[in-house]
Amino acid sequence: MESNDQPEKPLISSKVDAFFLSVYDIFRFISRFFREVLRPPLEVQEFIRQCFMVGYKSLALISLTGFITGLVFTKQSRPSLAEFGATSWLPSLISIAVIRALAPLVTALICAGKVGSSIGAELASMKVTEQIDAMEVSAINPFKYLVVTRILACTVCLPLLMSYTALVGMMGSFLDIHLNEQTSITAFFNKAFANISFLDLASSLFKSICFGFTIGVVSCYQGFNASQGTTGVGKAANVAVVISMFLIFIEEIVIVQIVNSIR
Amino acid sequence: MKPFTPEIDWNDTVISIRGLYKSFGANHVLRGVDLDLFKGENIVVLGRSGTGKSVLIKIIAGLLKPDAGTVNVLGQEVPELGTVELRELRLKLGFCFQNGALYDSMTVGENLEFPLKRNDPKMTADQRRRLVDIVLEAVGLSQTINQMPAELSGGQRKRIGIARTLILRPEIMLYDEPTAGLDPITCTEINTLINEVQKRFKTSSIIITHDLTCARATGDKIAVMKEGKFIRQGDFDTVFSDNSDELIREFYDYNFIQ
Repeated sequence: MESNDQPEKPLISSKVDAFFLSVYDIFRFISRFFREVLRPPLEVQEFIRQCFMVGYKSLALISLTGFITGLVFTKQSRPSLAEFGATSWLPSLISIAVIRALAPLVTALICAGKVGSSIGAELASMKVTEQIDAMEVSAINPFKYLVVTRILACTVCLPLLMSYTALVGMMGSFLDIHLNEQTSITAFFNKAFANISFLDLASSLFKSICFGFTIGVVSCYQGFNASQGTTGVGKAANVAVVISMFLIFIEEIVIVQIVNSIR
Repeated sequence: MKPFTPEIDWNDTVISIRGLYKSFGANHVLRGVDLDLFKGENIVVLGRSGTGKSVLIKIIAGLLKPDAGTVNVLGQEVPELGTVELRELRLKLGFCFQNGALYDSMTVGENLEFPLKRNDPKMTADQRRRLVDIVLEAVGLSQTINQMPAELSGGQRKRIGIARTLILRPEIMLYDEPTAGLDPITCTEINTLINEVQKRFKTSSIIITHDLTCARATGDKIAVMKEGKFIRQGDFDTVFSDNSDELIREFYDYNFIQ
């Protein structure tokens, strides 16, 4: 009795079928994450190691980017505000821009590039060199050990990194304002936070959690399901970054719309 | 020839496969495989690339699901097992991958400790370290304990791969091309190691290979696979005494003439 004698006919077209099958597959992947995440044993050590890789190892890049973003944004905004004699509004403008939009987005895009590609490539190379199968046959749950810990680490670290980016961005902005207007740090932060509401902070944190989860899921999914040998490793890393960035922008638009409707 | 007579229990089947089929799309890889592995026996599965040899042991280890047929391992039907039961069964199976499949980010010692930490959390660090020393000594690579996999040669990686499976004291060993890509001297060392494992750890094994020297040195029985099914099974001399089949003739000529 042989099965699959004929290749199955596509329901719509092979590409459309493949798209819906992969969407279904991703939902199964996500539901498996939620099933496994609280099931013991909790891989605490590996989770901490991944937090170190995602969080601490991204600090240098995040610091540089955050600081320059705040500094440049302030420099670029000053001439326009100066025309109206409103340079004193710079701290408020910068804080709103940084906290509401720039910090979550810049952090997520940097992490999608740095962390997403690294997770995608690492898991893909483990897959093609049979290391994941080796875990499986050693009675170790590779999904729990490799995937759950990485998705959790991304989800936990992104809001922390975002807060740090916001702080560093504000410091970059402060440097420029201090050099030009001799504003003290207390005055700067008083003005900066005067127009920031709880909703701004909460929505940024929520966005970062969503972005982190997205980066984790997409890069782990691509890596864990890699094929085609070494070509598959590069492909997994590349696709992880592209899809993560695409989804981050979509989520940004959706969350901004929701928050604005609440505001 | 084997340097010792293995203790095979002909009444105790540890793996029994009947009517096994597996296809990948239109590619029919296994087309009705039947196989029995007895306790203490080493079976060598010979065949050309792409005939489904690796697929066969992956199905035995539960890494792939068959389309049809039964796969009974240590009294349990592998395709019907749930996640927990399969994990328990896998503790009794040792799978040696073609390239060792060592975890790149861990040292040799950590590679060996890893399955112990996950499967026996109550074991102390000292106990784990002792077991690591024992299996490393068994494969003759005690000095590599702090090395990274990237620093090892192909033969050493395979030996460490074997050590990593031995640390869980499996009853059955599955070797996927243990001598592929190695020089003849290292091949001989690996063959000796496979026999040592059988003798010292009382394992039963399925060895997938193209290498007739390996087959002759390690196999108590040879099973030749062609187009997804076994065309001949028996001891080495029986299988190769009749060279009426083209595959068997070519295999023999290629391995021993070239």
